[in-house]
Amino acid sequence: MGAAIIALIVVAVVVVLIVVWLFAIYNGLVRLRNQTKNAWAQIDVQLKRRHDLIPNLVETVKGYAAHERQTLEAVTQARNIAQGAVGKGVGEQAKAEGELSGALSRLLAVVERYPDLKANQNFLALQEELSSTENKISFSRQFYNDSVLKYNNKIQMVPSNIVAGMFGFKTGEFFEVAVPGEREAPKVSFK
Amino acid sequence: MWEQIRSNQIKSMMLVVALGLLLLVLGYMLGWGFADNGIAGLIIALVIWFFMNLFAYFQGGSMVLAISGARKIGPDDHPRLWNVVEEMTIAAGLPKMPDVYIIDDPALNAFATGRDPNHAAVAVTSGLLQKMNRDELQGVVAHEMSHIKNRDVLLMTMCSVTLGTIVILAWYGTRVMLFSGGGRGRRGGGGSGAAVIMLVAIVLAILAPILAQLIYYAVSRKREYLADASGALYTRYPEGLASALEKISGSTVQLKSANQAFAPMYTANPFRKEGRAAEDLTSTHPPTSERIRILRSMAGGASLAAYNMAYSQVSKSGKGVVPRSALVSDQPVGVRPASATEPQPEKIERVRETSDLMWKMSNYGLVNCQCGTKIRVPPNFKGQSIRCPHCGTVNSMSSKR
Repeated sequence: MGAAIIALIVVAVVVVLIVVWLFAIYNGLVRLRNQTKNAWAQIDVQLKRRHDLIPNLVETVKGYAAHERQTLEAVTQARNIAQGAVGKGVGEQAKAEGELSGALSRLLAVVERYPDLKANQNFLALQEELSSTENKISFSRQFYNDSVLKYNNKIQMVPSNIVAGMFGFKTGEFFEVAVPGEREAPKVSFK
Repeated sequence: MWEQIRSNQIKSMMLVVALGLLLLVLGYMLGWGFADNGIAGLIIALVIWFFMNLFAYFQGGSMVLAISGARKIGPDDHPRLWNVVEEMTIAAGLPKMPDVYIIDDPALNAFATGRDPNHAAVAVTSGLLQKMNRDELQGVVAHEMSHIKNRDVLLMTMCSVTLGTIVILAWYGTRVMLFSGGGRGRRGGGGSGAAVIMLVAIVLAILAPILAQLIYYAVSRKREYLADASGALYTRYPEGLASALEKISGSTVQLKSANQAFAPMYTANPFRKEGRAAEDLTSTHPPTSERIRILRSMAGGASLAAYNMAYSQVSKSGKGVVPRSALVSDQPVGVRPASATEPQPEKIERVRETSDLMWKMSNYGLVNCQCGTKIRVPPNFKGQSIRCPHCGTVNSMSSKR
């Protein structure tokens, strides 16, 4: 009699502990998933900020360097493509943003040839905003990728993978910017 | 990072508990020693501690800012600083950007305050804005952000409050005991047993503040290393913080409005004396030269593990400084190149920009004379026009900005 009750209590305690443990794993997964979502939203905010800054930049540069039409058009075009890629999934968007980064860095390299433009207060303020936005994009990408890595690890590792499988948690996608030559120094040629 | 916070919280709790125990023992012994009532002493100690903590929790941040004479700025007052703070908020993944403050002081320093990431503030001196380039500023701000992210501010506030209570209790305790000749002995009870208790109470009253201070300093130094490690990780550029620290250690200007109690909140010890010897037991900050050496020995990485390796190499202790639980999920991360293509105002430009801001924040008007002179107009200037001291042109005040 006494032994049966004790056994029952032990079983009940073990069951309760397991349930609490499962809850904790589930909540941890949800927390990580929300964090990746938040981090992604932050990237979106910064990308949008960059899209908004570019027309201003193009206008300002045009005033001083009108015959750099090709470079300017490339930037505008890349911006429009990137804007169109918003909401089309991480991979597509990352590709379009990579192209835009490339076009922008070419523009900023060209600007080096125009001392008047470089002394323009308006341009300097824009350049600070733009380069800070670039930093913010890469920092939010950094934080997003860290979050995705943690989330994916949790989903794939024992024992949390069991809970993840039960409730259908799906691994996140990394935001990789792969532009050929993004890491290379911009080429400046004097003709 | 989450793991790091959690392990930090456990360590923090242990520390607060250790200091708290010291406080309780002291209160009890003092109560017993001179009022024959240990519980009363305990309760008095707890009440003082509770109210001081309550005040520090809700008012500590604004008090520190007020005492240091910091002024809040907006995004347009100093775009570069604002942007750097925003960048580091994103890199650290903080839920909300801290308020940004500037202290008008030529010394090079910065501090973070606030009880949690939602009520945080970062303050930098105007001297820092003038001397640091963008990467260095980013390094300093990242260091402060780590203090916010790791909840160091709350921890250090609680510790310093407990330390303060211990000091107050010990001070009054020893005075009362010395000048009343000891409550217990006077009542003629006890005999030698009472004398021993009295002696223990006195010794404890003398030792407790010293002991508490040592615990406090030890924790503070450890926090600085951790903040350096996270700072390097956030910026992916350890050299920024290293070269900022180098500039800070080269500067001999002492902070005007620093207060001993706030010292752990600053980037570098504000009371550092010229040529002061390396790390000793009573310093809130590790020696700057060692911090620089660690940051520079992080061979090709910016991860917590790289910092940990560099730390154990430089300190020759063979032990790391980053909690093991934080290293488990750590990934090797590369170092980014220096920001060369960014707008980098030269030093003279930065000085001008900062002094403009300080004038503006003191409500001085600005009249640009045609000869290129900038005339600063005090806020209480009532005249309609002002004469340029340089070229003699009379400028109308309507052009004031």
